[in-house]
Amino acid sequence: MSRPVKQNFIRPSHIEGFPVGPQFTAGHLADTNAGWRTFRPVVNHDTCIYCLRCYLVCPDGTIFKDNGKIAVDYDYCKGCGVCAHECPKNAIEMVKEQL
Amino acid sequence: MSSANTLTRITPKNITDQEFFYGHKACAGCGGSLAVRLALKVLGERTYAAFPAGCMAAVGFIYPQMAFTNNAIITTFPGVASMASGIAVGAKALGIQNFKTVAFAGDGGTADIGLQALSGMIDRGDDVLYICYDNEAYMNTGIQKSGLTPFGTQTTTTPAGKNIHGSKTQKKNLFEIIAAHDIPYAATASIGYPQDYIDKVQKAAQVKGPAFIHVYASCPTGWGTPTETSVEIAKEAVDCGLFFLAEYENGDYRLTRNPKQFASVADYLKKQGRFKHLSDADIASIEAHRDHKWERMRRMWNHQ
Repeated sequence: MSRPVKQNFIRPSHIEGFPVGPQFTAGHLADTNAGWRTFRPVVNHDTCIYCLRCYLVCPDGTIFKDNGKIAVDYDYCKGCGVCAHECPKNAIEMVKEQL
Repeated sequence: MSSANTLTRITPKNITDQEFFYGHKACAGCGGSLAVRLALKVLGERTYAAFPAGCMAAVGFIYPQMAFTNNAIITTFPGVASMASGIAVGAKALGIQNFKTVAFAGDGGTADIGLQALSGMIDRGDDVLYICYDNEAYMNTGIQKSGLTPFGTQTTTTPAGKNIHGSKTQKKNLFEIIAAHDIPYAATASIGYPQDYIDKVQKAAQVKGPAFIHVYASCPTGWGTPTETSVEIAKEAVDCGLFFLAEYENGDYRLTRNPKQFASVADYLKKQGRFKHLSDADIASIEAHRDHKWERMRRMWNHQ
């Protein structure tokens, strides 16, 4: 897997279970960032030319290559809109999240 | 690009799919996190990364969340360069091979608080790549002025009032301070020109010894810009001449981008909440300072 995914975290029951100092398993994500999002990027694959500009400029790295298509990891996308703003073909639309 | 000629240029097409800075809690549209993400993707998994107290430490290491998938550590605020030096020589002493040590610090952690440790690191010639992501204030603690905050910026410690219009001091010439150490490689970059930044990180990673990159990274929270314009505003800063792209190598300075004509400074400034208060006279003085700086850079640096 090229990206870490959300994992379960079992809170230690005793202080000895906590790490000593600022250290922890690399890439351990106990939480997602999806709740931050107001607008979600939706890729129109008909107009997308796969220039990878969005992949390059995503501050969170949530845009990835999926067999020659652009895909978004909605667990960690914060909806900043940089991808849609930078897209030279306007192939990404920011759609309001429905609660 | 003489030293990088033998290398395959890293582009979005061939860059690793692996993400080394992922699921972090940086604000939406954070330029600093983009700078860290791209650099780590160029450097790869066998990278020791050191972060002082600052935004990237605050958003990456929230126990039990660990947003780095390579080796990463938080250091003291002034000591990121000394910690990175220690990592580099320690790993060498242990016989570890094929690794890179990188230090990431913000503008405050580099130009103010961490400056003497960085100077020592360069002086000792330690094999560390030091990347300063410059968002022009202490953003993590609530937008206080740093040594790299430009003239006229409104921050919480330099509020804009009737008499004083934000920060009264100019941005330090950090790139030239570092180059004055006769460092093997130093460069400036901007997240608005991501491919140029990737090229420079790739080049710096080949240096055996200290290397330094000063990357301009926008901060929507501190600058008062919409989150989606983060990359665009970092590009406009270069286009209007308030930030420059340059390299220092083998004792020579070189502008890597020398625009024939600058875009409007006023357009760039007025898009940002931190410059909203500036008068026409303030903007004119910012432009005069820019022209003076460029006149000197063009005269002294581009002589080949």
